[in-house]
Amino acid sequence: MACISPDGKPTASGAKMLRALKAKAGSAEQVSQQAGLPLFRVRSGLRELEQAGLVSQKGGNYQLSAKGSELADSLPA
Amino acid sequence: MEEVKEQVISLPRLGQPAPAFEAVTTQGPLKLEDYKGSWLILFSHPADFTPVCTTEFIAFAEIFPELQKRGVELLGLSVDSVSSHIAWARNVEEKTKVKIPFPIIADLNKEVSMAYGMIHPGQSKTETVRCVFIIDDKQIIRTILYYPLTTGRNMDEILRIIDALQTTDANGVATPANWRPGDKVVIPPPNTQEMAEERLKEGYECVDWYLCQKKL
Repeated sequence: MACISPDGKPTASGAKMLRALKAKAGSAEQVSQQAGLPLFRVRSGLRELEQAGLVSQKGGNYQLSAKGSELADSLPA
Repeated sequence: MEEVKEQVISLPRLGQPAPAFEAVTTQGPLKLEDYKGSWLILFSHPADFTPVCTTEFIAFAEIFPELQKRGVELLGLSVDSVSSHIAWARNVEEKTKVKIPFPIIADLNKEVSMAYGMIHPGQSKTETVRCVFIIDDKQIIRTILYYPLTTGRNMDEILRIIDALQTTDANGVATPANWRPGDKVVIPPPNTQEMAEERLKEGYECVDWYLCQKKL
């Protein structure tokens, strides 16, 4: 897994995406810009975060789930 | 390692959609569709921890910033495992101080290799040859290069092809032999006699009606 480690903690890139979504829900392109990650990595990462129940998506717009918000809040600033 | 027997398979061709895939890589699972909107160079190498491949990976890493300026991503592939790729990339960085910044597909089941015709049994029945697939932002295959196992690729030529393709797309022109950015480009040949006659009056530099060039 690229965004979530086997111990359930977000990787550096996973944390960047969670922080970006905590700042503002948005499309993969917007998350890519906000997180400073390549678009292909964000698309793949959002798929993984969605499968882990941390992110939900409607019409290409991504937002944190309650579980994702909790994890994002626990990340160091 | 399992041998690949010779078989007739439909290989990707220029102008066709690139075959879709989902693969395990050193940067997590990736799908071809994750690259939509970006150009992509998908390239294969025979094996990790081999000399020619190591020089190529260093060379690909060195042109990576230039590719990024052109909106191009890189994606490597071999039939080695992710652990092998990670160990090799770490070794390359440790020994040469060059970080491999792009993902590498671990195509252990050869699904992507077979879909893209990367295994040539006349060269090796188990390893991929040195293929380069240039895929545009609409996921259409624009260039295919095959190099034998013994010949490392030329990065200048790969960059030159990207520049030529993007110039063609942006300006509706073709590029002559040995073209480099800044050189004159070729006006596509006229399709009718009327267009041929008009062509000669348009102020282009023409050898004759079918070979006209201009500066961009």
